[in-house]
Amino acid sequence: MSVGAQLENANPVIFQRTGERLQTATDEDEDIHDPIDDREIFDMIRSINDPEHPLSLEELNVVEQIRVKVNDEESIVGVEFTPTIPHCSMATLIGLSIKVKLLRSLPDRFKIDVHITPGTHASEEAVNKQLADKERVAAALENSSLLEVVNQCLSTRNS
Amino acid sequence: MKEALTLVHRLSAHPDSRCWFVSWNPTGTLLASCGGDKAIRIWGREGDSWVCKTVLQDGHQRTVRKVAWSPCGNYLASASFDATTCIWKKKGDDFESLTVLEGHENEVKCVAWAPSGNLLATCSRDKSVWVWEVDEEDEYECVTVVNSHTQDVKHVVWHPTQELLASASYDNNICIYKEDDDDWECRATLQGHTSTVWALSFDAAGQRLASCSDDRTVKIWKDYSNESGPGGDLTWKCICTLSGYHGRTVYDVAWCRLTGALATACGDDAVRVFKEDEASDPDKPVFSLSAQVAKAHSQDVNCVSWNPKEAGILASCGDDGEIAIWRFQEEA
Repeated sequence: MSVGAQLENANPVIFQRTGERLQTATDEDEDIHDPIDDREIFDMIRSINDPEHPLSLEELNVVEQIRVKVNDEESIVGVEFTPTIPHCSMATLIGLSIKVKLLRSLPDRFKIDVHITPGTHASEEAVNKQLADKERVAAALENSSLLEVVNQCLSTRNS
Repeated sequence: MKEALTLVHRLSAHPDSRCWFVSWNPTGTLLASCGGDKAIRIWGREGDSWVCKTVLQDGHQRTVRKVAWSPCGNYLASASFDATTCIWKKKGDDFESLTVLEGHENEVKCVAWAPSGNLLATCSRDKSVWVWEVDEEDEYECVTVVNSHTQDVKHVVWHPTQELLASASYDNNICIYKEDDDDWECRATLQGHTSTVWALSFDAAGQRLASCSDDRTVKIWKDYSNESGPGGDLTWKCICTLSGYHGRTVYDVAWCRLTGALATACGDDAVRVFKEDEASDPDKPVFSLSAQVAKAHSQDVNCVSWNPKEAGILASCGDDGEIAIWRFQEEA
């Protein structure tokens, strides 16, 4: 999965980043249990780096808050992501990065489902199946070179 | 008659890792477990508790996905993501690495011994199924490589009495193989699941096969082959589909050879046991949910395994790294 000199999508449309999450009074109150919400999940993934561009997944509109669904009570998180172009060869890597970020950030009880936004990729079904197969995800994460690429996507950029 | 699954023991088997698989030895006295920590642990009963008798480390460089005991109980085979299969020989309470089977291009997903103990099957993400022959000198030789699947092969299982092999794959299909002139060939392809088939289990007589899938169903297949000679195709038909019970992927299915109960391991953290209605038509059997534990593990359940000698004893393991031992019985 090398990033060649030829960019697949040379001129992506760039979107504005959202502001910081507004703190409310109940957030400060330690006595109130506040369940994990969509915005918190979105905050975990919006700054993931695109493998190809020096831009975040949020800036490329690959992830959006409206495509994040969390059910704290049932411990389920669903994320749909939208590849910038329908033949994007990076789709599996991007999905894997989102999955790994959430696996590392969320409590173990959560079931994490990462899918391509329906109708936005030529190999949508194959990519979704691959991302849903935890055995193949586990094997992929034991591959040190792949893990390095994923970690690069997850590293925080100085901007 | 109401049945229940009662927890007998819970063991932290592979801490900070996932426990992928558990396997009982043929006498039901030892349980082998394996996991993401690259280790194999052998568990045995001491008085009222279960203890780790030995840890087999350094056999594999990566995750140990499955383990299998030889029918005589003196050997253990382990399949690993490091593309190898290790054969361990039991020496008292200890095990020594006897040989390493190499050849698969990438992750070995499963290993299984034939009932005779003379044959071993392995399968891999490289889409192939290998059959190995074992001689008296403990030498292993690959006799066949079969490439009938078009994707990652998840599971292999032998028929309980015959030299008949079944495999399950990411290509949604099940293949059944038989030997013909020293060559193993796929003689039936069972189509019906709409996503990855994760595991298979024969019933005691070997006339039926249960399969479980990412499509959240369990299917029961029955052998309708006629004696059509060595080269003829085998006929297996789906006679029952259990749908609507599982909330997520069904990772394993185990058909108890002693009681006929069918257990499942599911990605929704539950362990379920189904029983066949005795009055139902053998060509259209009806299975009903007999007992379930919704939070059997705190994460995905990866494996269920019935004790081969003690009826109703079931072991399960999960992504939480734990093993649970259950008793399936009539509710008091």
